[in-house]
Amino acid sequence: MSRDPQAALIALNRFGFGARGGASGDFVNAASDPRGFVKAELARSSGVLLELPALQSTLALAQEAFAYQFEVKQAREAAAKSAQASEAAPASEPMQPNAAKMQDKPQAEPPAQPLNVIQKTYRAEALARLQRAVLADCGFTERLVAFWSNHFCISAGKGALARIWAGAFEREAIRPHVLGRFADMVKAVEQHPAMLFFLDNQQSLGPNSRAGLNRKRGLNENLAREIMELHTLGVGGGYTQEDVTSLARIITGWSFVGRQGILGTPGSFVFNANAHEPGPQRLLGKTYPAGGVEQGEAALADIARHPSTAKFIATKFARHFVADDPPPALLARLHDTFVKTDGDLKALSLALVDSDEAWSAPPTKMRSPYEFLVATGRLLAHVPEDPGPYLNGLNVLGQPLWSPAGPNGFPDTSAAWAAPEGMKLRLDISAQLASRVGNTVDARDLLQSAFGEAASPETHRTVERAESRQQALALLLMSPEFQRR
Amino acid sequence: MECCESRLLTSRRSLLLGGAAFAAWAYMPKFARASDGRDPRLIAVILRGALDGLATVAPVGDPDYAALHGSIALSVSGPHPAVMLDSFFALHPSMPEFARMYKDKQAAVVHAVATPYRDRSHFDGQDVLESGFAGPGRVQSGWLNRALQALPQGERVSGALAVGPTTPLVLRGPAATVGWAPVALPQADDDTAMRLIELYRHRDPTLAEALTQGLALEKTAQGGDMKTKPGGAPAQMRNVARGAAKVMAADDGPRIAALAFDGWDTHANEGGPVGRLANLLTGLDGALAEFESGLGAHWRDTVVVVATEFGRTARINGTEGTDHGTGTIALLAGGAVKGGRVITDWPTLKAASLYEGRDLAPTTDLRAVIKGVLADHLGLSARVLADAVFPDSGMVKPMQGLIA
Repeated sequence: MSRDPQAALIALNRFGFGARGGASGDFVNAASDPRGFVKAELARSSGVLLELPALQSTLALAQEAFAYQFEVKQAREAAAKSAQASEAAPASEPMQPNAAKMQDKPQAEPPAQPLNVIQKTYRAEALARLQRAVLADCGFTERLVAFWSNHFCISAGKGALARIWAGAFEREAIRPHVLGRFADMVKAVEQHPAMLFFLDNQQSLGPNSRAGLNRKRGLNENLAREIMELHTLGVGGGYTQEDVTSLARIITGWSFVGRQGILGTPGSFVFNANAHEPGPQRLLGKTYPAGGVEQGEAALADIARHPSTAKFIATKFARHFVADDPPPALLARLHDTFVKTDGDLKALSLALVDSDEAWSAPPTKMRSPYEFLVATGRLLAHVPEDPGPYLNGLNVLGQPLWSPAGPNGFPDTSAAWAAPEGMKLRLDISAQLASRVGNTVDARDLLQSAFGEAASPETHRTVERAESRQQALALLLMSPEFQRR
Repeated sequence: MECCESRLLTSRRSLLLGGAAFAAWAYMPKFARASDGRDPRLIAVILRGALDGLATVAPVGDPDYAALHGSIALSVSGPHPAVMLDSFFALHPSMPEFARMYKDKQAAVVHAVATPYRDRSHFDGQDVLESGFAGPGRVQSGWLNRALQALPQGERVSGALAVGPTTPLVLRGPAATVGWAPVALPQADDDTAMRLIELYRHRDPTLAEALTQGLALEKTAQGGDMKTKPGGAPAQMRNVARGAAKVMAADDGPRIAALAFDGWDTHANEGGPVGRLANLLTGLDGALAEFESGLGAHWRDTVVVVATEFGRTARINGTEGTDHGTGTIALLAGGAVKGGRVITDWPTLKAASLYEGRDLAPTTDLRAVIKGVLADHLGLSARVLADAVFPDSGMVKPMQGLIA
């Protein structure tokens, strides 16, 4: 069997989430057939779905969230009422005005509140995603999921619904299409209640729609703009402010059903004809005849196949996996594949793996905090049972799960993740982790499982000469081989 | 869902609610201790997300304002009256500190201002605002960093802090900056760090440089008081400003710094005198007050410039918010500001005057404002400003008389 240790590193780290420790044999397998190692996961297309009994649908989660919000509201109203009542009543013991309060609030710290359903769901979804990533053979599929999820990001920070839906959104709108068609992913994403909520489209009313006229409210361009700027055409992709407004009109009425279920099952996508701007619309030089939901679906189908979209997606895809400034030949090949296959994302992924450039470009990309923490879990063969440490780690390192600061998602350049504070924090986290588990592992063995003979002599020496097992592990986790891909 | 945020987003992220980032020049300008006693301090505050200038400094004297801004328009009467700055403009009621500074002639407003960027993408708009280039996509260095390169470099500062995973673009570039992230995380010991830096020196000089800087900053910031305090975005903004002011007040502290606050993208339910924007403005107002009190006697020599990537639509949208627009405001505050004025070439809000029929038309180039400050406060020459700091901006003359 021929062995190519450098190619093994590319297979494991550029495409995957890193070698698993223990007796996985990942490095040896990757070295003997690097491309095959990466592609094996793509052959199992069901492997991209994440379905577990503990994980509920968007619909079911909406019921939970609405019920919870209703409960909180009632409790708040009841509290306000009783506060009013006690204010109105004369103080019974004017000499000891604080006596009652003291009894209500003992000096000791109040017990930690149990997690509510929103928090519980977020953590359960996080745990399922982390376990899948830590256990995957190569992790290429999960890397693809993370890439598309960040491309079409929502933020859990938007509110209760976004937080409870963040995982379901990824499972329902992203995963089924990661090895499918881009246009189908676009449609699934833009019609998903989580995205409609995140970018305010449920509030957008056609100015001349029945609801718009009645309620004297109108358009909100937020979703329409981000569809074109961030999801498909990209900035400079040839659209104008007019096109943004036009698309906003076209997708008026794309909403989800609220708690009262007036338009259907609470939490489901709904096309609200009452809110839809009537009439034909002109978008990117084409007229879309008056219609219902199909008007927007036709527009999205065209935008997903626009030449600017092919260029934007090819560039972003190559930038994520290969280099901040990807080789032009690679961009051309990915672009052609996207166009020729009508946006077949499995074909796009295979074209990347089959390219020479993806294997010859030096490992200049920094692992994102998520990739770093998952790779660490894999190396230590530690299947997470509690998402807490991972979530905290991601918060500290500036990549809180499903919670980017804006709709453009987390940054995807090396400079963003190799900043001075970021490096210092990675070191602190590595040292902290090593101090807890370092005495049970031998970093020299881990170095062998992770990088085989591909590790540099300097890294070997640094790990071998460490003053303690803990220090050796911290240095291994911080080595260029482990940080870069 | 504040309850979720505070519970799940522990540690650093909770400090960053509202997305605050702070970084400073690692050196003092040489004239800081020169014989003429000049010791200017400059703080650039970037509001990311596009501030609604018409909602912050409202042209209540413009006959079209109230109709355009509709349900969220400010009024000088009612339970939360806006504060008249002159006979035409009124300040948002959430900014009493700024109003006081304005009255004391230590704060000024520049209205109907915009960068040269005319499209409406946040990310490109922020690139232009922070990079100082006329177009987007140039993200290697920011105008403030290039301004520093033209200043005489003195001693290295002793204490500085930065919040946020990366240096804001406005201060990114060749001139060394300092930063610090306050986290309750046990630190790696020095020996481990030194071994790692040694490895990086041989295998990865970029990471060696980054980690060396990160470690140095942590040291300078130790002893700083940046404990997390409960509260929403306004409290967080105040806290960051308080910490920043503390290090900047020291004799050997940084003189020139940048601070960025996220969250100004008020598409829906922006609110009028109270509500979402009001809440953010409370935070900004508090941050300015923290700078004033924290800098103490140095406030006299300080200019704070507050700028945003673009404005928002003059007419509110269908969801009681505003969409991406063009013209907006810049704010100046500090003892060195020749304040008490709203500086504007007011384009009016008549339908025909609106930019592309929807936005406040920009009549002042933001670069003119910043150039005016850099020229008169830091002594940069018009040529450096036109070539290096804001490349190819010779046509945009520095605004005169902004500094007292």
